[in-house]
Formats: sequence, structure tokens, C-alpha cells
Amino acid sequence: MTDSRSSVVLSTLAAFVLQAVPLPSALEMLRPPFAVLLVIFWSLTAPRIGGIALGFFTGLAIDVYQGVVLGQHALATALVAYIAIRQHLLVRTKPLLEQSFFVLALLSAWVATCWLIEAFTGSATGDATRWVTALTGAVIWPLLMIWGTSRTAGTR
Amino acid sequence: MSSLAASRDRPQRGVPLGLRFFGYAALALALMWLDQRGGVLDRVRYGLQAIVYPLQIALNSPAAALNWTRDIFAQRATLQAENRALRDALRASEIRGIRNAALERENAELLGLRESVRGKASRWLPARVIDQKLDAQRHRLTVDRGGRNGVTTGQIAVATGGILGQSLRVGPSSTEIILLSDPSSGVPVQIVRTGVRTLALGSGKPGELSLPYLPLQTDIIDGDLLVSSGLGGVFPADYPVAKVTEVRRDSGSPLAVVRASTLAALDRDRVVGFLWLDPVPPAAEMPP
Repeated sequence: MTDSRSSVVLSTLAAFVLQAVPLPSALEMLRPPFAVLLVIFWSLTAPRIGGIALGFFTGLAIDVYQGVVLGQHALATALVAYIAIRQHLLVRTKPLLEQSFFVLALLSAWVATCWLIEAFTGSATGDATRWVTALTGAVIWPLLMIWGTSRTAGTR
Repeated sequence: MSSLAASRDRPQRGVPLGLRFFGYAALALALMWLDQRGGVLDRVRYGLQAIVYPLQIALNSPAAALNWTRDIFAQRATLQAENRALRDALRASEIRGIRNAALERENAELLGLRESVRGKASRWLPARVIDQKLDAQRHRLTVDRGGRNGVTTGQIAVATGGILGQSLRVGPSSTEIILLSDPSSGVPVQIVRTGVRTLALGSGKPGELSLPYLPLQTDIIDGDLLVSSGLGGVFPADYPVAKVTEVRRDSGSPLAVVRASTLAALDRDRVVGFLWLDPVPPAAEMPP
């Protein structure tokens, strides 16, 4: 239990670093929110370990790192974790392609929530490029799922 | 059997999932509310910025290492040429500086307002860039000097060529700088050639400003130099800000479309400077 818990935390931390490391702006536009993808992954495969708290604190870390209103990404990521945990029994038996659509919907909800909160706090701009990151996130989902399940097969 | 499997997979026993989500959502909303109001969370942010600092240093290290190795392997000839160019530039700027000082003194005497040159910089502190965020909503730099070095919120940062921006959030040993091209940034400017004053807003594109408040008939052309006007008292007067790159006059609109590119450039060392300004003296009393 403690072993798999530490692997949840460490892998999410690694994804967070992957999300934060500076990239050329062309690549930056395409970079999916890796940390959120990891939250979805753990919510689907091991909902008892991370739970909504994993989403909340991952989001909070994004808030702190980006220097935006505290709680913005925390709320969005907690929402994503909640929906994923809610639906995990249904979704994880589905083929990878259908899972990708589910992830696309979740990431779109994530971007939409962040955008809504920015609109409320008065810092929103009409920037369409970040919706692309929801798409790239959904595209790499099967890879993450295949790699992740092969890694966690032993511990579960 | 299915109910057994379900109970094994249920996230946690006890509090229902929906309720727990509700709790976290309420917590997030409370955080946002506190953060928006300011004050209460400022101390927390200060601490959090200290926690993030090592991470920023670590994430910036590949780029820093690359720069370092490039410097090591730079050819001797290149270095010599660079050295010569720098010495020439230094001499030129020294001469200019002497002339400027003379002009400044003369000007101040002419105005009968000695010691009252508006917002003159008295001290400056170099800081190295450790992180940058450039997207459509935010143009920010993080540098490695902060509250412990005396940096305060709203301080002016300059780089080679002109004003870069101002400090937005100050941590113990790091500071976030909002660039002039950030969409939520604005600087009062003056066109050097004509003396017209206006406001330059960040356009959200790297290094670009827009001047949205100029009437069609304003005398402004490509290549006009914009300096800070000093109005508002945040930015010091007469520092280079930008050069006009595009003037468009559509007869349909009463305002001209003017774009300018900022002059502040980060060189290879990626060093910026914080300025301390002498307090602005109260306006001289006008004789009746």
C-alpha cells in the first residue's frame, strides 16, 4: 500500500516537472498537461490511493508554479479527478480509443474550468491555443495507459 | 459478487465521493476568494515562492548548462572581437554619459529646479533570469533576486536597451517580473520626435506593444522612438521603451492602429537590473 502510494506521488511529481520544464514556444503550444493526465491515470487505475486529494494538490502545485490565482487549477483538477473516479469502473474496461475520447472530454472540461475562473477573476484572454493541449493529451493517452498498466501490473 | 468488487474498488470508505469533491471544491473557492482579496495570502505566497525557487533553478539548469558550455568553447577570436566591441561601446556610452550629465545639470538649472530631476535612478541591482513564461496571457520572467535583496513590488526592471517591465510578485530570493508586452501591462510613453504623450499597452505578442489611443491625424511614423513619460509616477521619465514598427490608418476608425517593438533585449547573460528611483519631489509652487 505504501509502496504504491509513493509510486503515485512520485510519478505525478515527475509529470509535473515534465509539464513545467521550459520548451520552445512552438512545442509549448502542443505540450499536454502531463500532471493532469497522470491524475486521470491514477484515478482510473487506483482510485483508492490518490483520490480527489491527488487532483487537488496537483492543481495547487500548478497554481503556485504558474503564479496564478491560488485554487484555480486545484478546482479544475479536483473536478477531473472526481469525474474520473466516478466513472472508473465503466471507463477502464473500454478499448483505448474510447478511453481517449473520455480523456479528451476530461481535459476539455479542465481547460474550460480554468478559462471560466480566469473570466471571473478578470484575467482571461481569447487564447484558443490551449485547447490544442487537450487534443494532444488525448492522443498520447493510449501510450500512457499501455506503459502505465505494464508498470503497475506487478504492484496491484 | 459485483457488489463485493465494487466495494473493493470504491475510493475510500466513509465519506461519499460527491461530498468529498464538494469539500475540495469549497476549499478551492475559498482559496481563490482569499487570494483575490489580497492581504491574507500574501505571506503564504511569499513562502510558497521560496519553495518553488529550487525547482525553478533545477528546471532552468539544462539551459544554463548549455549556455555555460557554449561560453567555454567560444573561439578566442570571437571573444576578442566581442571584447573590443564592448570596450568601444563602453567608451561611447561614457562620453554620452558625461554629455548627458552636463545636459541634465544645465536643464535643471534652467528650470530652476536643481535636485529635482524627475525620478532619477539612484541605485541598481543586477539579477539573473531563472525562468520565463511566454504565452498569450502572460509574459513573465522570474529572476534570482528577491525580498532579501531589497526588491519590492512595483519596482522597475531594465535590460540592455530600455525598460523591461516591473516586479509583480516578490519572494524571499526570487521575483516575478511582468514584461511590458504582457497583455495586462501598460506604460505611459512620449514620442520623442513630437512630444505627444500616450499610453502603450502590451499586445500579448513577445516584444510587441500597441498604442490604441492615438487619433488618426497624430503625427507618428515608422521608426519613431518612444520613451517613458514619467506620468503616473511608476515608471521613471525619459527611459527608452520601444520603437514604432507599424502605423495603419483605416478611414473607418477614428483611431490609428500603431504597433511598436520593445527595445529592452535580454542578451546572452540574461541579466536584468532593478532600479531604485529617487523619490519624486513635490511639484514646485507656481508663482502667481
